[in-house]
Amino acid sequence: MRTKNIFLAGVAILAAATMTYAVPGGGTVSGKITYEGTPAKQKPIDMSKEPSCAKQYATPPTTETVVTGPNNALENVVVYISAGAPDEAAPSQAAIFTQKGCRYLPHVLAFQVNQELKVLNEDQTSHNIHPLAKINREWNKSQPPGTPPISDKYDKMEFIPVKCNVHPWMHGTFAVLKNSHYAISADDGGFKIPNLPPGKYTVTAFHESYGEQTQDVTIAGSETKSVNFVFKAKPY
Amino acid sequence: MGKLFGIVLVIIALASAYPIATHMYVMPEDISTHGHAIDDQLSDTMKEAGFSFLGAQLVLAFFVFKFAHRKEGSKLTHLPGGAKLMVTVAFIIVGAEVFALGVLGQKAWANVYFTPPRPDALQIQAQAGQFAFYFRYAGVDGKFGVIHPDKIDEGNQNFFGLDPANDIESRDDIVSGELAIPVNREVHLLMHAKDVGHSFYVRELRIQQDFVPGLDLSVHFTATKIGKYEIVCTQLCGLGHYNMKAYLSVMAQDDFEKWMKQKASEL
Repeated sequence: MRTKNIFLAGVAILAAATMTYAVPGGGTVSGKITYEGTPAKQKPIDMSKEPSCAKQYATPPTTETVVTGPNNALENVVVYISAGAPDEAAPSQAAIFTQKGCRYLPHVLAFQVNQELKVLNEDQTSHNIHPLAKINREWNKSQPPGTPPISDKYDKMEFIPVKCNVHPWMHGTFAVLKNSHYAISADDGGFKIPNLPPGKYTVTAFHESYGEQTQDVTIAGSETKSVNFVFKAKPY
Repeated sequence: MGKLFGIVLVIIALASAYPIATHMYVMPEDISTHGHAIDDQLSDTMKEAGFSFLGAQLVLAFFVFKFAHRKEGSKLTHLPGGAKLMVTVAFIIVGAEVFALGVLGQKAWANVYFTPPRPDALQIQAQAGQFAFYFRYAGVDGKFGVIHPDKIDEGNQNFFGLDPANDIESRDDIVSGELAIPVNREVHLLMHAKDVGHSFYVRELRIQQDFVPGLDLSVHFTATKIGKYEIVCTQLCGLGHYNMKAYLSVMAQDDFEKWMKQKASEL
Protein backbone atom coordinates (compact mmCIF):
# COMPACT_ATOMS: atom_id res chain seq x y z
CA MET A 1 0.00 0.00 0.00
CA ARG A 2 2.75 2.35 1.03
CA THR A 3 4.79 1.53 -2.07
CA LYS A 4 1.76 2.26 -4.19
CA ASN A 5 1.28 5.65 -2.55
CA ILE A 6 4.89 6.58 -3.19
CA PHE A 7 4.52 5.43 -6.78
CA LEU A 8 1.38 7.51 -7.24
CA ALA A 9 3.06 10.52 -5.69
CA GLY A 10 5.95 10.07 -8.08
CA VAL A 11 3.60 9.95 -11.05
CA ALA A 12 1.84 13.06 -9.81
CA ILE A 13 5.16 14.94 -9.45
CA LEU A 14 6.24 13.87 -12.92
CA ALA A 15 2.92 14.94 -14.37
CA ALA A 16 3.16 18.30 -12.63
CA ALA A 17 6.72 18.77 -13.88
CA THR A 18 5.65 18.05 -17.46
CA MET A 19 2.73 20.45 -17.19
CA THR A 20 4.86 23.39 -16.13
CA TYR A 21 6.70 23.54 -19.45
CA ALA A 22 6.23 26.84 -21.28
CA VAL A 23 3.10 26.92 -23.34
CA PRO A 24 2.16 29.85 -25.56
CA GLY A 25 -0.96 31.48 -24.28
CA GLY A 26 -0.14 30.75 -20.63
CA GLY A 27 -0.07 33.32 -17.87
CA THR A 28 2.17 36.36 -17.65
CA VAL A 29 4.11 38.00 -14.87
CA SER A 30 4.78 41.65 -15.54
CA GLY A 31 5.65 44.65 -13.48
CA LYS A 32 8.00 47.52 -12.87
CA ILE A 33 11.31 47.83 -11.11
CA THR A 34 11.93 51.05 -9.26
CA TYR A 35 14.30 52.41 -6.65
CA GLU A 36 13.87 54.61 -3.61
CA GLY A 37 16.58 56.87 -2.28
CA THR A 38 19.42 58.46 -4.21
CA PRO A 39 21.44 56.23 -6.51
CA ALA A 40 25.17 56.76 -6.97
CA LYS A 41 26.00 59.29 -9.65
CA GLN A 42 27.32 57.52 -12.72
CA LYS A 43 30.72 58.83 -13.72
CA PRO A 44 31.99 59.64 -17.20
CA ILE A 45 34.43 57.04 -18.47
CA ASP A 46 37.88 58.32 -19.35
CA MET A 47 38.90 56.40 -22.48
CA SER A 48 41.86 58.63 -23.37
CA LYS A 49 44.16 55.61 -23.30
CA GLU A 50 42.23 54.10 -26.23
CA PRO A 51 41.75 56.89 -28.81
CA SER A 52 40.06 54.55 -31.33
CA CYS A 53 37.23 54.07 -28.81
CA ALA A 54 37.21 57.58 -27.30
CA LYS A 55 36.58 59.19 -30.70
CA GLN A 56 33.31 57.26 -31.09
CA TYR A 57 31.65 59.40 -28.44
CA ALA A 58 30.81 63.09 -28.64
CA THR A 59 30.52 63.19 -24.85
CA PRO A 60 32.12 60.46 -22.74
CA PRO A 61 29.76 57.60 -21.90
CA THR A 62 29.07 57.01 -18.22
CA THR A 63 29.39 53.92 -16.07
CA GLU A 64 26.40 51.56 -16.01
CA THR A 65 26.44 50.01 -12.56
CA VAL A 66 23.10 51.73 -11.81
CA VAL A 67 21.06 52.78 -14.86
CA THR A 68 17.89 54.66 -14.06
CA GLY A 69 15.00 56.12 -16.01
CA PRO A 70 12.21 58.63 -15.33
CA ASN A 71 9.94 58.03 -12.31
CA ASN A 72 12.62 56.15 -10.40
CA ALA A 73 12.72 53.36 -13.00
CA LEU A 74 15.59 50.92 -12.61
CA GLU A 75 17.02 49.40 -15.77
CA ASN A 76 19.13 46.27 -16.27
CA VAL A 77 17.44 44.21 -13.55
CA VAL A 78 17.26 40.51 -14.38
CA VAL A 79 13.83 39.15 -13.42
CA TYR A 80 13.55 35.38 -13.56
CA ILE A 81 11.61 32.42 -12.21
CA SER A 82 13.90 30.98 -9.56
CA ALA A 83 11.52 28.29 -8.27
CA GLY A 84 8.42 26.56 -9.57
CA ALA A 85 9.56 26.08 -13.15
CA PRO A 86 11.60 23.08 -14.30
CA ASP A 87 15.06 23.36 -15.82
CA GLU A 88 14.94 23.62 -19.58
CA ALA A 89 17.21 22.57 -22.42
CA ALA A 90 19.16 25.44 -23.95
CA PRO A 91 17.76 27.09 -27.08
CA SER A 92 19.75 26.61 -30.27
CA GLN A 93 20.37 30.28 -31.00
CA ALA A 94 23.46 31.85 -29.43
CA ALA A 95 23.46 34.74 -26.97
CA ILE A 96 25.48 37.60 -28.46
CA PHE A 97 27.74 39.82 -26.38
CA THR A 98 29.38 42.61 -28.34
CA GLN A 99 32.42 44.72 -27.51
CA LYS A 100 31.93 48.05 -29.23
CA GLY A 101 33.38 51.45 -28.45
CA CYS A 102 35.20 49.79 -25.54
CA ARG A 103 31.92 48.95 -23.83
CA TYR A 104 29.86 45.80 -23.49
CA LEU A 105 26.58 45.61 -25.40
CA PRO A 106 24.30 44.72 -23.76
CA HIS A 107 25.58 45.67 -20.32
CA VAL A 108 23.61 42.76 -18.82
CA LEU A 109 23.22 39.62 -20.92
CA ALA A 110 20.91 36.83 -19.77
CA PHE A 111 21.05 33.38 -21.31
CA GLN A 112 20.47 29.77 -20.33
CA VAL A 113 22.69 27.07 -18.95
CA ASN A 114 24.48 25.34 -21.85
CA GLN A 115 23.30 27.95 -24.34
CA GLU A 116 26.02 29.07 -26.72
CA LEU A 117 27.57 32.42 -25.84
CA LYS A 118 29.23 34.35 -28.67
CA VAL A 119 31.54 37.25 -27.90
CA LEU A 120 32.15 39.69 -30.76
CA ASN A 121 34.84 42.34 -31.07
CA GLU A 122 33.74 45.20 -33.30
CA ASP A 123 36.53 47.51 -32.18
CA GLN A 124 39.82 48.39 -33.81
CA THR A 125 41.64 47.33 -30.69
CA SER A 126 42.29 44.08 -28.85
CA HIS A 127 40.08 43.12 -25.96
CA ASN A 128 40.62 40.48 -23.32
CA ILE A 129 37.28 39.30 -22.05
CA HIS A 130 37.38 37.96 -18.51
CA PRO A 131 34.12 36.69 -16.97
CA LEU A 132 34.86 36.34 -13.25
CA ALA A 133 33.00 33.06 -12.77
CA LYS A 134 33.16 31.45 -9.34
CA ILE A 135 30.80 28.48 -9.71
CA ASN A 136 31.47 27.86 -13.39
CA ARG A 137 34.91 27.50 -14.91
CA GLU A 138 36.72 30.84 -15.08
CA TRP A 139 38.53 31.84 -18.27
CA ASN A 140 39.88 34.91 -20.01
CA LYS A 141 40.54 35.19 -23.71
CA SER A 142 42.31 37.76 -25.83
CA GLN A 143 40.46 38.90 -28.94
CA PRO A 144 42.35 41.06 -31.43
CA PRO A 145 40.32 43.15 -33.93
CA GLY A 146 38.96 41.20 -36.88
CA THR A 147 39.15 37.80 -35.21
CA PRO A 148 36.13 35.44 -35.23
CA PRO A 149 33.71 35.43 -32.28
CA ILE A 150 34.73 33.62 -29.11
CA SER A 151 32.29 30.83 -28.36
CA ASP A 152 31.67 29.27 -24.96
CA LYS A 153 28.94 27.99 -22.67
CA TYR A 154 28.30 27.71 -18.95
CA ASP A 155 26.89 24.58 -17.35
CA LYS A 156 25.71 26.01 -14.02
CA MET A 157 23.45 28.86 -13.01
CA GLU A 158 25.41 31.95 -11.96
CA PHE A 159 25.55 35.73 -12.13
CA ILE A 160 28.99 36.48 -13.50
CA PRO A 161 30.64 39.91 -13.48
CA VAL A 162 32.55 40.44 -16.72
CA LYS A 163 35.59 42.63 -17.18
CA CYS A 164 38.15 43.39 -19.84
CA ASN A 165 41.73 42.79 -18.81
CA VAL A 166 42.98 45.51 -21.16
CA HIS A 167 40.42 48.25 -20.52
CA PRO A 168 39.67 48.47 -16.78
CA TRP A 169 36.51 50.54 -17.26
CA MET A 170 34.76 47.81 -19.29
CA HIS A 171 32.29 46.01 -17.11
CA GLY A 172 29.21 43.87 -17.68
CA THR A 173 27.22 40.98 -16.25
CA PHE A 174 26.28 37.53 -17.50
CA ALA A 175 23.11 36.04 -16.03
CA VAL A 176 23.22 32.29 -16.64
CA LEU A 177 19.72 30.98 -15.91
CA LYS A 178 18.10 27.55 -15.74
CA ASN A 179 14.99 28.24 -17.79
CA SER A 180 13.65 30.53 -20.47
CA HIS A 181 11.33 32.47 -18.13
CA TYR A 182 13.32 35.65 -17.67
CA ALA A 183 13.32 39.30 -18.68
CA ILE A 184 15.55 42.32 -18.20
CA SER A 185 13.93 45.55 -17.10
CA ALA A 186 13.80 48.19 -19.83
CA ASP A 187 14.54 51.91 -19.53
CA ASP A 188 11.09 52.48 -18.01
CA GLY A 189 11.78 49.73 -15.44
CA GLY A 190 9.15 47.47 -17.04
CA PHE A 191 9.49 43.76 -17.59
CA LYS A 192 7.25 40.95 -18.83
CA ILE A 193 7.63 37.18 -18.48
CA PRO A 194 5.00 35.57 -20.75
CA ASN A 195 3.94 31.97 -21.47
CA LEU A 196 3.90 30.71 -17.90
CA PRO A 197 1.82 27.57 -17.31
CA PRO A 198 -0.49 27.70 -14.28
CA GLY A 199 1.41 27.15 -11.06
CA LYS A 200 3.09 28.67 -8.07
CA TYR A 201 6.33 30.49 -8.78
CA THR A 202 9.07 32.41 -7.04
CA VAL A 203 10.06 35.49 -9.01
CA THR A 204 13.54 36.85 -8.31
CA ALA A 205 14.89 40.23 -9.35
CA PHE A 206 18.67 40.63 -9.51
CA HIS A 207 20.53 43.92 -9.76
CA GLU A 208 24.31 43.97 -10.06
CA SER A 209 24.74 46.68 -7.41
CA TYR A 210 21.66 46.19 -5.22
CA GLY A 211 21.46 42.41 -5.01
CA GLU A 212 18.39 40.18 -5.08
CA GLN A 213 14.75 40.33 -4.07
CA THR A 214 12.10 37.62 -4.34
CA GLN A 215 8.31 37.43 -4.44
CA ASP A 216 5.92 34.49 -4.74
CA VAL A 217 3.20 34.51 -7.34
CA THR A 218 0.50 32.03 -8.36
CA ILE A 219 -0.63 31.91 -11.95
CA ALA A 220 -3.97 30.41 -12.91
CA GLY A 221 -5.01 30.15 -16.54
CA SER A 222 -3.86 32.89 -18.90
CA GLU A 223 -4.04 35.75 -16.43
CA THR A 224 -1.43 38.49 -16.07
CA LYS A 225 -0.10 38.99 -12.56
CA SER A 226 1.60 42.18 -11.59
CA VAL A 227 4.78 41.94 -9.54
CA ASN A 228 6.76 45.06 -8.66
CA PHE A 229 10.13 45.36 -6.98
CA VAL A 230 11.56 48.37 -5.18
CA PHE A 231 15.32 48.50 -4.54
CA LYS A 232 16.96 50.73 -1.95
CA ALA A 233 19.48 53.05 -3.61
CA LYS A 234 22.49 54.57 -1.87
CA PRO A 235 24.44 57.63 -3.04
CA TYR A 236 27.80 55.94 -2.32
CA MET B 1 91.88 36.62 -46.26
CA GLY B 2 93.14 37.96 -42.89
CA LYS B 3 93.97 41.33 -44.45
CA LEU B 4 90.49 41.52 -45.98
CA PHE B 5 88.97 40.78 -42.55
CA GLY B 6 90.99 43.64 -41.04
CA ILE B 7 89.68 46.03 -43.72
CA VAL B 8 86.06 44.87 -43.29
CA LEU B 9 86.41 45.36 -39.52
CA VAL B 10 87.49 48.99 -40.03
CA ILE B 11 84.57 49.60 -42.40
CA ILE B 12 82.01 48.08 -39.96
CA ALA B 13 83.41 50.06 -37.02
CA LEU B 14 83.34 53.38 -38.89
CA ALA B 15 79.89 52.71 -40.38
CA SER B 16 78.48 51.96 -36.89
CA ALA B 17 80.01 55.10 -35.42
CA TYR B 18 78.86 57.38 -38.25
CA PRO B 19 75.13 57.71 -37.43
CA ILE B 20 75.90 58.38 -33.78
CA ALA B 21 78.75 60.82 -34.41
CA THR B 22 76.63 62.82 -36.88
CA HIS B 23 73.51 62.72 -34.63
CA MET B 24 71.49 61.02 -37.32
CA TYR B 25 68.96 59.92 -34.69
CA VAL B 26 68.00 62.96 -32.67
CA MET B 27 66.78 62.67 -29.11
CA PRO B 28 63.10 63.52 -28.59
CA GLU B 29 62.46 67.04 -27.42
CA ASP B 30 63.28 67.69 -23.77
CA ILE B 31 60.39 69.34 -21.89
CA SER B 32 61.71 69.15 -18.34
CA THR B 33 63.95 71.32 -16.22
CA HIS B 34 66.26 68.44 -15.32
CA GLY B 35 66.36 66.79 -18.77
CA HIS B 36 69.42 68.64 -20.07
CA ALA B 37 71.58 67.05 -17.38
CA ILE B 38 70.38 63.61 -18.43
CA ASP B 39 71.01 64.47 -22.09
CA ASP B 40 74.53 65.74 -21.32
CA GLN B 41 75.23 62.58 -19.40
CA LEU B 42 73.95 60.39 -22.23
CA SER B 43 76.06 62.35 -24.67
CA ASP B 44 79.18 61.97 -22.47
CA THR B 45 78.55 58.25 -22.11
CA MET B 46 78.09 57.91 -25.85
CA LYS B 47 81.34 59.80 -26.59
CA GLU B 48 83.34 57.81 -24.09
CA ALA B 49 81.88 54.48 -25.18
CA GLY B 50 82.19 55.46 -28.85
CA PHE B 51 85.90 56.31 -28.58
CA SER B 52 86.60 53.10 -26.65
CA PHE B 53 84.65 51.09 -29.21
CA LEU B 54 86.40 52.66 -32.20
CA GLY B 55 89.83 52.42 -30.55
CA ALA B 56 89.38 48.74 -29.68
CA GLN B 57 88.08 47.84 -33.15
CA LEU B 58 90.86 49.72 -34.94
CA VAL B 59 93.59 48.12 -32.81
CA LEU B 60 92.02 44.71 -33.44
CA ALA B 61 91.87 45.42 -37.18
CA PHE B 62 95.49 46.58 -37.19
CA PHE B 63 96.73 43.39 -35.51
CA VAL B 64 94.62 41.17 -37.75
CA PHE B 65 95.90 43.02 -40.82
CA LYS B 66 99.56 43.03 -39.79
CA PHE B 67 99.90 39.53 -38.37
CA ALA B 68 97.44 37.67 -40.57
CA HIS B 69 100.14 35.78 -42.46
CA ARG B 70 102.85 34.66 -40.09
CA LYS B 71 105.82 33.17 -41.89
CA GLU B 72 106.58 29.51 -41.28
CA GLY B 73 109.07 29.10 -38.46
CA SER B 74 109.03 32.71 -37.33
CA LYS B 75 109.30 33.20 -33.61
CA LEU B 76 106.25 34.18 -31.50
CA THR B 77 106.66 37.40 -29.56
CA HIS B 78 104.74 38.26 -26.39
CA LEU B 79 103.89 41.52 -24.74
CA PRO B 80 105.88 41.92 -21.55
CA GLY B 81 104.05 40.66 -18.45
CA GLY B 82 101.89 38.16 -20.32
CA ALA B 83 98.16 37.67 -19.91
CA LYS B 84 98.16 38.54 -16.22
CA LEU B 85 99.39 42.08 -16.80
CA MET B 86 96.96 42.58 -19.71
CA VAL B 87 93.99 41.49 -17.57
CA THR B 88 95.10 43.77 -14.72
CA VAL B 89 95.46 46.75 -17.07
CA ALA B 90 92.07 46.07 -18.67
CA PHE B 91 90.49 45.76 -15.23
CA ILE B 92 91.91 49.11 -14.11
CA ILE B 93 90.94 50.90 -17.35
CA VAL B 94 87.38 49.56 -17.44
CA GLY B 95 86.98 50.10 -13.68
CA ALA B 96 88.14 53.71 -13.97
CA GLU B 97 85.77 54.26 -16.87
CA VAL B 98 82.73 52.89 -15.04
CA PHE B 99 83.68 54.74 -11.87
CA ALA B 100 84.13 58.04 -13.74
CA LEU B 101 80.77 57.67 -15.48
CA GLY B 102 79.15 56.91 -12.15
CA VAL B 103 80.69 59.93 -10.42
CA LEU B 104 79.81 62.28 -13.28
CA GLY B 105 76.37 60.76 -13.78
CA GLN B 106 75.52 61.04 -10.13
CA LYS B 107 74.83 64.75 -10.65
CA ALA B 108 72.15 64.10 -13.25
CA TRP B 109 70.62 61.36 -11.14
CA ALA B 110 70.75 63.33 -7.90
CA ASN B 111 68.82 66.16 -9.52
CA VAL B 112 65.75 63.95 -9.65
CA TYR B 113 66.23 61.44 -6.87
CA PHE B 114 68.35 62.92 -4.09
CA THR B 115 66.63 66.25 -3.76
CA PRO B 116 63.24 66.68 -2.12
CA PRO B 117 60.44 68.31 -4.10
CA ARG B 118 59.51 71.89 -3.28
CA PRO B 119 56.95 72.07 -0.48
CA ASP B 120 54.41 73.65 -2.81
CA ALA B 121 54.82 71.01 -5.50
CA LEU B 122 51.54 69.67 -6.90
CA GLN B 123 50.94 66.27 -5.35
CA ILE B 124 49.49 63.68 -7.70
CA GLN B 125 49.11 60.03 -6.97
CA ALA B 126 49.81 57.62 -9.81
CA GLN B 127 48.51 54.09 -9.72
CA ALA B 128 49.62 51.45 -12.19
CA GLY B 129 47.59 48.30 -12.65
CA GLN B 130 47.09 45.78 -15.39
CA PHE B 131 46.80 47.48 -17.89
CA ALA B 132 46.22 51.16 -17.31
CA PHE B 133 47.48 54.14 -15.34
CA TYR B 134 45.18 56.20 -13.16
CA PHE B 135 45.99 59.50 -11.50
CA ARG B 136 44.45 61.02 -8.39
CA TYR B 137 44.34 64.66 -7.32
CA ALA B 138 43.48 65.65 -3.77
CA GLY B 139 40.60 67.95 -4.74
CA VAL B 140 39.54 71.15 -3.00
CA ASP B 141 40.37 69.99 0.53
CA GLY B 142 43.97 69.26 -0.46
CA LYS B 143 43.81 65.85 1.20
CA PHE B 144 43.84 62.40 -0.33
CA GLY B 145 41.19 60.00 0.95
CA VAL B 146 42.45 56.74 2.42
CA ILE B 147 42.84 53.79 0.06
CA HIS B 148 40.97 50.56 0.79
CA PRO B 149 42.14 47.89 -1.66
CA ASP B 150 39.05 45.77 -0.92
CA LYS B 151 36.85 48.61 -2.18
CA ILE B 152 38.45 48.74 -5.63
CA ASP B 153 35.57 48.49 -8.09
CA GLU B 154 36.65 49.16 -11.65
CA GLY B 155 33.16 48.85 -13.12
CA ASN B 156 32.21 51.79 -10.92
CA GLN B 157 35.34 53.78 -11.75
CA ASN B 158 36.61 53.31 -8.19
CA PHE B 159 40.12 52.45 -9.33
CA PHE B 160 41.83 53.51 -6.10
CA GLY B 161 39.48 51.82 -3.65
CA LEU B 162 38.05 54.98 -2.10
CA ASP B 163 35.26 54.88 0.45
CA PRO B 164 33.27 58.09 -0.05
CA ALA B 165 30.39 56.74 2.06
CA ASN B 166 32.50 56.79 5.24
CA ASP B 167 35.51 58.88 4.34
CA ILE B 168 34.74 62.53 3.67
CA GLU B 169 38.27 63.37 2.48
CA SER B 170 37.91 61.05 -0.48
CA ARG B 171 34.66 62.58 -1.74
CA ASP B 172 36.34 65.39 -3.66
CA ASP B 173 39.30 63.35 -4.90
CA ILE B 174 39.62 63.62 -8.66
CA VAL B 175 40.58 60.47 -10.53
CA SER B 176 41.63 60.64 -14.14
CA GLY B 177 43.05 58.36 -16.79
CA GLU B 178 45.01 61.29 -18.14
CA LEU B 179 47.83 63.03 -16.28
CA ALA B 180 47.05 66.73 -16.57
CA ILE B 181 49.61 69.10 -15.08
CA PRO B 182 50.25 72.84 -15.20
CA VAL B 183 53.30 74.03 -17.11
CA ASN B 184 56.31 75.33 -15.14
CA ARG B 185 55.07 74.00 -11.83
CA GLU B 186 56.79 71.22 -10.00
CA VAL B 187 54.85 67.97 -9.77
CA HIS B 188 55.45 65.38 -7.10
CA LEU B 189 54.22 62.04 -8.38
CA LEU B 190 53.53 59.46 -5.66
CA MET B 191 53.62 56.08 -7.29
CA HIS B 192 52.22 52.73 -6.32
CA ALA B 193 51.41 49.53 -8.17
CA LYS B 194 48.13 47.74 -7.72
CA ASP B 195 49.25 44.31 -8.84
CA VAL B 196 52.64 43.68 -10.46
CA GLY B 197 55.68 45.73 -11.44
CA HIS B 198 55.09 48.52 -13.99
CA SER B 199 57.03 51.52 -15.16
CA PHE B 200 56.29 55.19 -15.77
CA TYR B 201 58.16 56.40 -18.83
CA VAL B 202 57.78 59.75 -20.56
CA ARG B 203 60.70 60.19 -22.92
CA GLU B 204 60.17 63.94 -23.31
CA LEU B 205 60.37 64.29 -19.51
CA ARG B 206 63.50 62.10 -19.41
CA ILE B 207 61.89 60.11 -16.63
CA GLN B 208 61.63 56.37 -16.34
CA GLN B 209 60.68 55.05 -12.94
CA ASP B 210 59.47 51.60 -11.98
CA PHE B 211 56.39 50.94 -9.91
CA VAL B 212 57.10 48.19 -7.39
CA PRO B 213 54.20 46.50 -5.59
CA GLY B 214 54.39 47.27 -1.88
CA LEU B 215 56.76 50.22 -2.22
CA ASP B 216 55.82 53.89 -2.10
CA LEU B 217 58.09 55.45 -4.70
CA SER B 218 58.01 58.96 -6.04
CA VAL B 219 59.54 61.26 -8.62
CA HIS B 220 59.34 64.99 -9.04
CA PHE B 221 59.72 67.05 -12.17
CA THR B 222 58.76 70.33 -13.80
CA ALA B 223 57.44 70.34 -17.35
CA THR B 224 58.33 73.40 -19.38
CA LYS B 225 56.37 73.01 -22.57
CA ILE B 226 52.61 72.84 -23.17
CA GLY B 227 51.54 69.78 -25.15
CA LYS B 228 50.38 66.20 -25.09
CA TYR B 229 52.89 63.42 -24.54
CA GLU B 230 52.66 59.69 -24.22
CA ILE B 231 53.18 57.83 -20.93
CA VAL B 232 54.06 54.19 -21.52
CA CYS B 233 54.70 51.20 -19.31
CA THR B 234 58.21 49.92 -19.94
CA GLN B 235 58.19 46.97 -17.57
CA LEU B 236 56.74 43.81 -19.07
CA CYS B 237 53.63 43.38 -16.92
CA GLY B 238 51.47 40.79 -18.69
CA LEU B 239 49.42 40.10 -21.77
CA GLY B 240 48.12 43.64 -22.21
CA HIS B 241 51.48 45.33 -21.56
CA TYR B 242 51.71 46.54 -25.17
CA ASN B 243 48.54 48.54 -24.64
CA MET B 244 49.36 50.02 -21.24
CA LYS B 245 49.64 53.72 -21.82
CA ALA B 246 48.20 57.06 -20.85
CA TYR B 247 48.68 60.66 -21.89
CA LEU B 248 50.43 63.51 -20.17
CA SER B 249 48.80 66.86 -20.86
CA VAL B 250 50.91 69.83 -19.95
CA MET B 251 48.57 72.82 -19.74
CA ALA B 252 48.71 76.53 -19.07
CA GLN B 253 47.80 77.28 -15.45
CA ASP B 254 44.30 78.58 -16.24
CA ASP B 255 43.57 75.66 -18.58
CA PHE B 256 44.64 73.33 -15.81
CA GLU B 257 42.28 75.03 -13.36
CA LYS B 258 39.45 74.72 -15.88
CA TRP B 259 40.26 71.04 -16.32
CA MET B 260 40.18 70.50 -12.55
CA LYS B 261 36.82 72.29 -12.29
CA GLN B 262 35.41 70.17 -15.12
CA LYS B 263 36.60 66.99 -13.40
CA ALA B 264 35.22 68.14 -10.05
CA SER B 265 31.80 68.76 -11.65
CA GLU B 266 31.71 65.14 -12.79
CA LEU B 267 32.00 63.82 -9.23
